[in-house]
Amino acid sequence: MKSRAIKVDYLARVEGEGGLLIRMKGHQVSEVKVKIFEPPRFFEAFLRGRKFTEAPDITARICGICPVAYQMSSCHAMEDALGVKIPAPIRALRRLLYCGEWIESHALHVYLLHAPDFLGYEDAIRMATDHPTEVRRGLRLKKAGNAIVNLLGGREIHPINVRVGGFYKIPPKSEFLALAEELKWARDAALETVRWVATIPIPEFERDYEFVSLRHPDEYPFNEGRIVSNKGLDIAICDYEQHFAEEHVAHSNALHSTLKERGAYFVGPLARYSLNFDRLTPTAQEAARSAGLGSVCRNPFQGIIVRSVESLYACEEALRLIEQFEMPDKPYVEAEARLSTGFGCTEAPRGALYHRYRLDERGLIVDAKIVPPTSQNLKTIEADLLQLVPANMGMQKDRLQWRCEAAVRNYDPCISCATHFLKLHIEQE
Amino acid sequence: MAKRKPKLAVWKFSSCDGCQLSLLDCEDELLAVADTLEIANFPEASRAVVKGPYDLSLVEGSITTSHDAERIHGIRRASKFLVTIGACATAGGIQALRNFKDVKEFISIIYAKPEYIETLKKSTPITDHVFVDFELRGCPINKLQLVEVLSAFLNGRKPNTPPHSVCIECKQRGTVCVMVAEGMPCLGPVTQAGCGALCPTYARACFGCFGPKETPNTPALSQWWQRMGVSDSDLVRAFRSFNAYAEPFRRESELHEK
Repeated sequence: MKSRAIKVDYLARVEGEGGLLIRMKGHQVSEVKVKIFEPPRFFEAFLRGRKFTEAPDITARICGICPVAYQMSSCHAMEDALGVKIPAPIRALRRLLYCGEWIESHALHVYLLHAPDFLGYEDAIRMATDHPTEVRRGLRLKKAGNAIVNLLGGREIHPINVRVGGFYKIPPKSEFLALAEELKWARDAALETVRWVATIPIPEFERDYEFVSLRHPDEYPFNEGRIVSNKGLDIAICDYEQHFAEEHVAHSNALHSTLKERGAYFVGPLARYSLNFDRLTPTAQEAARSAGLGSVCRNPFQGIIVRSVESLYACEEALRLIEQFEMPDKPYVEAEARLSTGFGCTEAPRGALYHRYRLDERGLIVDAKIVPPTSQNLKTIEADLLQLVPANMGMQKDRLQWRCEAAVRNYDPCISCATHFLKLHIEQE
Repeated sequence: MAKRKPKLAVWKFSSCDGCQLSLLDCEDELLAVADTLEIANFPEASRAVVKGPYDLSLVEGSITTSHDAERIHGIRRASKFLVTIGACATAGGIQALRNFKDVKEFISIIYAKPEYIETLKKSTPITDHVFVDFELRGCPINKLQLVEVLSAFLNGRKPNTPPHSVCIECKQRGTVCVMVAEGMPCLGPVTQAGCGALCPTYARACFGCFGPKETPNTPALSQWWQRMGVSDSDLVRAFRSFNAYAEPFRRESELHEK
């Protein structure tokens, strides 16, 4: 029987270093490996002996694309450990900061990393020759998100203004109001984005995933809530490790996460959307419906639409938060060191990001556990390819390879995060 | 005949991707940059790869595997100019904290099957391995300084990036000194400028993202910190962050280690 392979040595338009190897025998796929050769950086190890106050700045360095997520999960975990209660105005500003990161990260992925796959360009710069209006809109939208992170965080990559208990300094209301005008443009641009991606040819593909995300009683989730799934999971954040396990496989410097009872699962925009559609604003729900989505989306290629819908939501939410801005009495709440363990899980743009820290009586970290979204999705990405390749055997090899790459990019994988993961090999023996 | 566009390549080693993202974060300049330069190799942004040689290579990340220690030589050979960007590439990055510990212990803390992990004992800057034409500092780099570096190399001049301390930037901004006025232990006096003295404007002491300035007087600063009641273990932690393995910071941290 004829056997072939698809091999992508260095997967492009993802954050970090990984590849893909798919081995086929006739119409059967014998092996799928998302290879992670991004070198390990050992964050959990060198966090030991550091002060609890250092975790937000150190863990931000795991990922230059979603540093806010690391800062939020670590702050919430430390505050859980130290019994710190966050006042409503600070909580609102954290939400605003996260809106900025979602808008920036989603615009980057939708316009610069993912759209070129569907429209057949190597990259957004080549795409800009034929679609200048769209690429410029994407860049400006990205900039609008970054403007929030810049103001409240001090800078867009590795913000300096986040601390356990709140912020170092909160800029005056006038500076937030100054962002509103551009955010109104951004909201309209995000709606245009949803309409535009709805016209892009998107492959048909569906699987019965177990979606996992946070769910909050009143809000679309960012920082708080219970961890839920569409297959009956409904747990407090502190019970995460009772239900999820990490395993170490030879082809990956990123650990693979599984649900102990049911195996692979799915985190990220599709999961959040499908579990929290009812928490979106009416405008975002309407935009999603007009783009052809139901309240649940099981086609990961439609992630580009879901990200656009989430961007629209984040723009609206940011505008609401700015309108209702209230200056906290103090920019932060003091935290006192004590012997303790704390848990935090927040919704990074790519999905749930779990942190757990054990602290000694001086507030030094005794041990740390960090589970980034991409390592939770690795098994699901491999399973998608296992179904995608046999279904598209008729395609020319280079088309099939590109399709496989796009299928990986559906997850906006962040390999830098996952090792704290990608190279494509499709091989026919 | 139209002039050939200079070829730009962006390479990644062990890092968080933040510094190369800075190029994509130049929302206003990106298309102009792409107009002036041929983006010949930039995997984070494009699946197209144009063969070398390259006129300018930007290198992000530190060397942590034997494979990477080989790979950097190929990149050097293919590059007319090689510029390292960010604390990982210029100082070994936060992952250089392993250099002070036993890496085998680190592996066993995180990975259930240590035999699958291939890594070097130390995380080292690019300049330890190949000749580097220019080092752009910061964790992360300042994107405006990156545009300045691109512009300088396109025009055959030296990049204009100040070598003085963060203190000068505070004075330029008119920010009141947080160490003198607020008694905050600040790394500003020994840290290279480039961030625009961000932290002090946010009521926070500098924590050294841009690494040591030229000729930093770290012992004098440590003495001041000690007078403010800072313990040796806190001094060690302060000098051991994103630029821990930069010589002046490494030496100073070792002086305070018991």
